[in-house]
Amino acid sequence: MSKDNKIQSTSIARQSRRGFLAAAGGLAASALAPAARAGGNPANQPPNVPEWTRSLGEGVAVRPYGKPSKFEKDVIRRDVEWLTASRESSVSFTPLHELEGIITPNGLCFERHHGGMADIDPADHRLMIHGLVERPLILTLDELKRYPRVNRIHFMECAANSGMEWRGAQLNGCQFTHGMVHCVQYTGVSLRTLLEEVGVKSNGKWLLVEGADSAAMDRSLPIEKALDDCIVAYKMNGEALYPEQGYPMRLVVPGWQGNLWVKWLRRIKVGDQPWQTREETSKYTDLLPNGKARRFTWVMDTKSVITNPSPQAPIKHGKGFTVLSGLAWSGNGKVKRVDVSLDGGRNWWPARLDGPVLDKALTRFYYEFDWNGQPLLLQSRAQDETGYVQPSKAELRKVRGYNSIYHNNGIQTWHVQANGEVENVEVA
Amino acid sequence: MASRPGTCRPTVRSRMLKSPELVVAFVLACLSGSAAFAGGSTELKGEAKPAPHYDIGRAPTPEEIRGWDIDVRPDGQGLPVGKGTVAQGEKLFMDNCATCHGEFGEGNGRWPVLAGGKGSLTADNPVKTVGSYWPYASTVFDYVRHAMPFGNAETLSVDDYYSLVAYVLYLNDVVTDQNFELNNKNLASIKMPNEAGFIMDDRATSEKAFWQKDPCMKDCIAPVKITGRATAVDVTPEDAKEGKSRGVE
Repeated sequence: MSKDNKIQSTSIARQSRRGFLAAAGGLAASALAPAARAGGNPANQPPNVPEWTRSLGEGVAVRPYGKPSKFEKDVIRRDVEWLTASRESSVSFTPLHELEGIITPNGLCFERHHGGMADIDPADHRLMIHGLVERPLILTLDELKRYPRVNRIHFMECAANSGMEWRGAQLNGCQFTHGMVHCVQYTGVSLRTLLEEVGVKSNGKWLLVEGADSAAMDRSLPIEKALDDCIVAYKMNGEALYPEQGYPMRLVVPGWQGNLWVKWLRRIKVGDQPWQTREETSKYTDLLPNGKARRFTWVMDTKSVITNPSPQAPIKHGKGFTVLSGLAWSGNGKVKRVDVSLDGGRNWWPARLDGPVLDKALTRFYYEFDWNGQPLLLQSRAQDETGYVQPSKAELRKVRGYNSIYHNNGIQTWHVQANGEVENVEVA
Repeated sequence: MASRPGTCRPTVRSRMLKSPELVVAFVLACLSGSAAFAGGSTELKGEAKPAPHYDIGRAPTPEEIRGWDIDVRPDGQGLPVGKGTVAQGEKLFMDNCATCHGEFGEGNGRWPVLAGGKGSLTADNPVKTVGSYWPYASTVFDYVRHAMPFGNAETLSVDDYYSLVAYVLYLNDVVTDQNFELNNKNLASIKMPNEAGFIMDDRATSEKAFWQKDPCMKDCIAPVKITGRATAVDVTPEDAKEGKSRGVE
């Protein structure tokens, strides 16, 4: 963030804080009792001593594997039944509007399966590497874990994230419009290490990567990317991969479309040409207005979304100091800046990046402002270190038409109404 | 040393450590940095086949590779020996595929449409099928053999898969003779109607305008109006609306 940006957002925050204090003063003077205003059970609120202060809680290890508070039961993955023909080849969405920071909890990472979630006994799982290599190799999970490890935090975004919005505003919530993304810390073995181990022959230019599930997902990966930053991962956020994320091992392809991140990875074959599999011909090709389609559109371009306020996270506190929170990411590198508009893209203000700003990872941004209760048209616009600026949907459609399905990174607009409710809209 | 592969690993080879001279070179390299290290590694260039760096895992047997190595490329590489006719495929399709894909590949409900849609790629609602969109017949074989029938993958014989692909090509008028036999010799020569319909990712040039020095901050566009609303479409799952709970805990 530039120095100017910093000064700008600090002064905005200071202004807003004054507004907030004024609003708080008004609240104290109100005739309503504080407890009644806050809702809940007055018996547990001051001046009373709540039940959890008077009695013992659960002891240790009552929950050998912890879960969130029961009061967080709405923080869950959701799906949209009408989207797909079956639950086994379908998608669920990360509840972005309930999360903060940049790390997605393992149990909330969106799912995308093509043949259901394989439930694999790691003792029976094998990773085979063969083809144009000097020394073909077959590894167990335990053997893979003996190789030197790397830890990397990366976002993983489905190429179809926001795909339902190409033709207009359709789903009401960032969980549905942007929730095919997650970001975790992966631990595993650099794919480069494994390829050096097997010795790729000089004509080895492509890898076929394939999963062990019933879809046997196979994709072609160019050798340059394979030798750059890909990982065969077996841990996420410190623990074993979850079955729905590819237990016991998956491919991590930083910055590239999620479809290439083959789960339940069982085979890597080195060849001299791409295979033109179903998932890179029929699917994950992007139809243009002239009837031609782009293929091998691997990189996920710069994108952002405001997660609060958003349709599932309306403003409930009324006028006053308001925290706007959002996520930005780029498959081309680090997020350099994020701007926020309150008037549908006419004027923009620099947002504040907070927390780590990592290569090809989710990045958290904030914009604090004093809401005067008037309707707003919120937008966020990310720029990455290559200079790429997140385009408007209109700009994207001008090049790509309406039938691309994939790679919709257009700017999202939320309409905040006077009552604090928020709606997914398009503006022009 | 071996327990710290990160420090001196890149050119360490187990065979190297068997030679006393090279062990000395290796230790020197580790102690004195990359210059000496580079000198040590040049001595390895004469080796025809360097041994593995880590010696973890084993070589798969030919049988193990054969069992999993079933992918097929457009040039026909990987096609198993086998054959099947359109007529044989029709029967197999009725028994194994038509429930979801329809008797003529027209698709039941939301299940994928396999045939038709020719000439629709510039239409408002393009119908992308094997005949109208897919560039290679090899992909049909590779995918069907890997993943179909849905829920019962890799259960049919190689000849059955040739027959099924022959029938799907017939449904799409790619082949027109009911007696046409598809086999490992002729599959790669089949031309699909939309083979030339694909271009490499060209975003770096066609979307060059998205790379900007100073994005506009003030009075960028005229005031905007709302032109579309998700609530008007009303297809969002109920429980997500207004943050209400699903009530099925």
